[in-house]
Amino acid sequence: MADDKDVLRDVWFGRIPACFTLNQDEVTEREAEPYYLLLPRVSYLTLVTDKVKKHFLKVMKTEDVEEMWCESEGTPLKWHYPIGVLFDLHASNTVLPWNITVHFKNFPDRDLLHCPSNSVIEAHFMSGIKEADALKHKSQVVNDMQKKDHKQLWMGLQNDKFDQFWAMNRKLMEYPTEDGGFRYIPFRIYLTMSDRPFVQRLFRPVSPEGNVHTLGNLLKEMYPAAIPNEGEPKQNQVVIHGIEPLLETPLQWLSEHLSHPDNFLHICVVPVPTD
Amino acid sequence: MPVSLLWAVDVYGRVYSLSTAGQQWELCRDAQLEFKRVTAAQQCCWGIACDNNVYLNVHASDLPVRYQEQTYENQRWNPVDGFSERLLPSDRWQWSDVTGLQHQPLDSFRLSSSSWEWEGDWYMDENFEGEPIDKGGWTYSIDFPAAYTKDKKWNSCVRRRRWLRYRRYKAMDTWAKIPSQQTNLPDPFSDISCGGWDINEEPRGRLSLWAVSLQGKVWFREGIYHQNPEGSVWEEVSLPGEVVQVSCGPGDLVWAVLWEGQLIVREGISRDYPKGSSWVMVDSPSPDVGATHVAVGNNVVWVLTKDNKVWFRRGVNSHNPCGSGWISMIGEMIMINVGLNDQVWGISCDDRAVHFRQGVTSSELSGKTWKVIVVPRDGDRSHSSASASSLQSAGCYFRGEVRAQSVASDVEPDTEKGSTDGATGLVSSDIPESFNAPEQPSDHTSDHTSDTPKPCIPKVTSDSFISELVSDREPASAAPAVLEEENISGDAEVTLSVLPIPSGGPVNPQWSNVDLEETQVQTGAVMESSDTCSLSSVATYTLAIEDPYGVDEHPLWAWISGGGCSVDSHSQLSWFNCPGNSSGLVQSIQSMSLSVTPAQTATWKRQIFEQLSERTKREMDNFRHYEQAIEQSVWVKKGTMQWWRDWKPHKWIDIQFALEQFSGPDGNKDGIMFIYYNFNEEKKYLHAFINEITILVPVLNDSKHTFAIYTPERTKQRWPIRVAAGTELEMHDWLALLSVSSCDSRRIEGPPSKHAIWSITCKGDIFVCEPTPGLEVVPYPTPCDQMFWRQVGGHLRSVECNTVGIVWGIGYDHTAWVYSGGYGGGFFQGLASSTDNIYTQTDVKSVYIYENQRWNPVSGYTSRGLPTDRYMWSDASGLHECTKTNTKPPSPQWTWVSDWAIDYSVSGGTDREGWQFAADFPASYHGYKTMKDFVRRRRWSRKCKLTTTGPWQEIPPIPLSDVTILPCATQSSVDVVPLWAISNKGDVLCRLGVTALTPAGSSWLHVGTDQPFKSISIGAVSQVWAIAKDGSAFYRGSVSPESPAGDSWFHIPSPAKQKLKQVSVGRTSVHAVDENSNLWYRQGVTPSYPQGSSWDHISNNVRKVSVGPLDQVWIIADKVQGSHGLSCGTVCHRLEVQPMDPKGQSWDYGIGGGWDHITVRGNSLEASCVRLPSLTSESSPAPPSPPLVGSLEVNGNAVGCEMHT
Repeated sequence: MADDKDVLRDVWFGRIPACFTLNQDEVTEREAEPYYLLLPRVSYLTLVTDKVKKHFLKVMKTEDVEEMWCESEGTPLKWHYPIGVLFDLHASNTVLPWNITVHFKNFPDRDLLHCPSNSVIEAHFMSGIKEADALKHKSQVVNDMQKKDHKQLWMGLQNDKFDQFWAMNRKLMEYPTEDGGFRYIPFRIYLTMSDRPFVQRLFRPVSPEGNVHTLGNLLKEMYPAAIPNEGEPKQNQVVIHGIEPLLETPLQWLSEHLSHPDNFLHICVVPVPTD
Repeated sequence: MPVSLLWAVDVYGRVYSLSTAGQQWELCRDAQLEFKRVTAAQQCCWGIACDNNVYLNVHASDLPVRYQEQTYENQRWNPVDGFSERLLPSDRWQWSDVTGLQHQPLDSFRLSSSSWEWEGDWYMDENFEGEPIDKGGWTYSIDFPAAYTKDKKWNSCVRRRRWLRYRRYKAMDTWAKIPSQQTNLPDPFSDISCGGWDINEEPRGRLSLWAVSLQGKVWFREGIYHQNPEGSVWEEVSLPGEVVQVSCGPGDLVWAVLWEGQLIVREGISRDYPKGSSWVMVDSPSPDVGATHVAVGNNVVWVLTKDNKVWFRRGVNSHNPCGSGWISMIGEMIMINVGLNDQVWGISCDDRAVHFRQGVTSSELSGKTWKVIVVPRDGDRSHSSASASSLQSAGCYFRGEVRAQSVASDVEPDTEKGSTDGATGLVSSDIPESFNAPEQPSDHTSDHTSDTPKPCIPKVTSDSFISELVSDREPASAAPAVLEEENISGDAEVTLSVLPIPSGGPVNPQWSNVDLEETQVQTGAVMESSDTCSLSSVATYTLAIEDPYGVDEHPLWAWISGGGCSVDSHSQLSWFNCPGNSSGLVQSIQSMSLSVTPAQTATWKRQIFEQLSERTKREMDNFRHYEQAIEQSVWVKKGTMQWWRDWKPHKWIDIQFALEQFSGPDGNKDGIMFIYYNFNEEKKYLHAFINEITILVPVLNDSKHTFAIYTPERTKQRWPIRVAAGTELEMHDWLALLSVSSCDSRRIEGPPSKHAIWSITCKGDIFVCEPTPGLEVVPYPTPCDQMFWRQVGGHLRSVECNTVGIVWGIGYDHTAWVYSGGYGGGFFQGLASSTDNIYTQTDVKSVYIYENQRWNPVSGYTSRGLPTDRYMWSDASGLHECTKTNTKPPSPQWTWVSDWAIDYSVSGGTDREGWQFAADFPASYHGYKTMKDFVRRRRWSRKCKLTTTGPWQEIPPIPLSDVTILPCATQSSVDVVPLWAISNKGDVLCRLGVTALTPAGSSWLHVGTDQPFKSISIGAVSQVWAIAKDGSAFYRGSVSPESPAGDSWFHIPSPAKQKLKQVSVGRTSVHAVDENSNLWYRQGVTPSYPQGSSWDHISNNVRKVSVGPLDQVWIIADKVQGSHGLSCGTVCHRLEVQPMDPKGQSWDYGIGGGWDHITVRGNSLEASCVRLPSLTSESSPAPPSPPLVGSLEVNGNAVGCEMHT
């Protein structure tokens, strides 16, 4: 029988095959070969694309090089979203591998954050964890951790060490049994056709009456359009880590098992593809 | 926690029970009569029915209630007739009891009541002090009374034999009337309370039962114990006044309420005098308002006064049964009861709902809040006819019942729930809130009788108390007359010893008025009729039912008893949510709490599992050749620890500890463990490869958090690497990490296999080893110091398994546990543990210290010893000082759960105060004083409890001392597997319904014996051997699948001058261990003569033996010397055990140093015959080195193959 822990493993080791090509406008000394890579769904683009950068820099003149950024079918890819979220939002219904175009010019300052070094990613990642724990445990767990424990979480992600990461992360996933769950569920709902980046509000795993909240309850409150009306065809897909959990899935379980390493449940609502 | 029952009576006299696992009140359909009151113990429930008779309901158990009747037949020899029944005139009766004083012919024995039946006819006892005696069963002596022998000698002039017959209590699970054999009972009983089971464990199942008669007299029921559940006789207890109600706790607390409203406390209750000696008066909590009701537990007393206020008595314990002061509590109750673990239930006075006091712990005995129990009743709808018929018989009590009844019975369960919610607030509503509502100014009019002093608030320091006070009170509410105190510990300094009495508190109008008026009338009046003379709440309800506000939409309760209900502050109860509208909730909560049984794998979860594996196919399967974005690297974890250094003088030194882990090219993980230390200012290190580690053993004591790391080399040396972490948590983190690492390096994951070898240390830690086929190869098996052991969560004293994966364990408190199929638990959290099949496990054991005294001519025995004497308070050896205050629980995992108490169950016996006497320290002690005795000692015990988690599920209710499972070879998963056990009282039991799929089985079948047993083992062909308490062996005949319990015992004498203590039976071999640590082999066992012929000595130095299904022999050796150290309690393997030589030749030594138990009865892995003996299996890469001890010769390896064909 499959174990809940296997879910954690599957989530962690989720990979997206990607084909990086250099933007044709870039000036190169010779033609750049595309670069193929398995991207971890739970990591961040700028954290795992050093190899890509090195690969393309070989064919470029150094004076033409600015900060690298990526784009998928015209959409600049925000590095501060987990890779899996970017894929589910922008490319989930395209043919694999995922085609990503690499740019070294014209950094879209309006759309993207700069990422001068890994410490920026670390700060972003840790702030996510701290925010999530503020919602889950009033920050009690994360504040009780030592500096090295925080480091262990980050190093676990950076080096793709599942055991190292989860040895620490499990503490963030605990809760008093009598409460039936976290205080609030850390989640973000991404909508492709909205101008807001995402929806994030306070939502408890258990109702005041003691009923368990499900994914459906959450969506009904946050974004009712995501749920198909009775009798109508499904308009939207609700995607987490590339899968569509049933709406009756308990939210607390999802939060414990399908959260990203930043401890947030990233939920993508994308339109059903029209064939 | 086993399921247990809360008992209650509703106002119509119907008896209900609520299971701790249940969600509805179950009607006790068996009750033909209406009941007034019930009082429960764990094994039974007593009640007073409306016919004023006392009834007893003994809960059916797999262990029957059997009473052994015995009588002796005496004969004397004379030259004419030889031995004959003609005795001398001065002799005893021809049929007598053991003393000869009582005339007891066989036909004088009668069943004491209709609840009993004879089990069979009289038969002769043919066993005499462990020895079989000849047919006829006679034992001989020179004269009466004298020592008897089994052999007839030249001077044997008299002889006697014992006749036995068993009678059995048959009235299980029904209400059986206690015959009132006495005519001097003046009047019917009106109140009853049982308890006292903790005072004395002997005789087993002993209870104190106290009763109050309508005239206010108190009676004590004598002679209640397991074999005599009805007790024998009522004894009147003299009184200082007339009593209305009595309450008896599990221990030595007994309180009663007098008519005048004072309370009396029984003093002098002890194990020898459960009845106590005298009463002490305690005033009512309020000078103006008398007490009406009392409820006592182990260390608590709760009292209600006539105004329905609830009071808690502080400072109550064994030494001070009267306590020291009253504290007023929130809530208004008409009845209150204290159950096991000092848990409290009450019936509120405004709506007659049952409330449970939440948050009662041993450190906070007063609890936190009242929580209403809202569960529906079985038969709320469907049994209206049944209850209507009950009207007639109880008609005199229940005027107006028809109306109320019809209301009650027509209500749909869900509307009832709705109204319950409406009345008491939602699920989590606590009584303080709901009690605020009825406090209206008009209430004061009802309180006209009392001229009230202003209530004052005692000095309090606790902030939380103040906040609770504030949050519980609405600003409008007049005076904070009622208060809850946060922390009431037994011996707290009494700053508010006697509380100023807040008697002016608001009183709820409808109910309290009625009760007040009535009780006032009663106190004033002399008893006129039996109807009014009782404060019994039953009598008051007639009015209540007519009350327009007492809408009978939810059950109205009259009486409650938690004496059989085992809950504590950790219990997960589902009594507080309404099922029905939230049954879905309950289920999903369960599935959320990380436990998923196959049946519970919900659709949503299956969907996620399936989609994730589809995702992996879709997104990864075709792209495996792509480069990984993140390269794998070495991961290092470092920390500061201490190390018990290898060189002398040994001591703890600070070190840096590091674990480097890396993935091999094949994805196989491995690592190295480093200890960096300084030696003479020089930096050095010691390392061990993770794949060399054979076991990690936690060694937790009260000063250091240490663990031991063994490799094969270290096992040979008997000198592990010992390190200490700074905190318990750090130690557990490291242990879990190293354990996962070493399992990874050996590619061991998931639950233990069915062939696993299980062992247990003296700390109760459980280890499991996956055997390789090489382990039982002859003549060169894998050395057993190379066996890899991993820890499994839980705490046990012994464990037994068989070849289909059924594993049972027994805790220190004798609780039986079955292995659930999981792994991890305990400190293995997260990844090192399965998420399902892990359960809470508790264990209780006693810590013993000794009080030593020396006699001197002036003052007799005193605690002043000679300068050379041992400590006056010491451990058993006398070498270490152990006082009551400085003795700590064995490790931080344990917490005290009782106080120090004298232990009378010491071998050799004690006097009445628990003393044992001897000529000098240390010497052999005896339980009586002689002229030569100058020293005495007594043992004190204190219980401590451990709570952990592990893959174990409790099998209530019978506590066990031994268990054995048939080591069957291959079987289908539905075949029934024989499992036998010994209860902790020595009963032999046979478990029914045990299969590989249902390892817990279904019920016990009791197998009769003439004496208690202590060890049992069943071999591969159903041969059952057992050891009796007297040290002799028994073989059970004719055990087969058709007759799982067999038919009769064959007595087998023990080896000469030895008392056996343990037995283990393999495929054909029978081995036993005696009390002097000798291992014996039963010679001459054949299929036609399974009892064998004689005992052959194999070895000394053996504590325990386990014989496996291949007849392999493993033991726990007493002492084993290694190159660096000595280990006591060591796993050893008998070498060269072969069909022609089942006794083997020598020992191979495995892990040791505190091992208590091993079972190899699951291991039927035979080495393949094709394989050369010199090759071990692939999984043990190290070449087999010859065993350490004994000279080995290669002899006839063909035999080794024959063994397996």
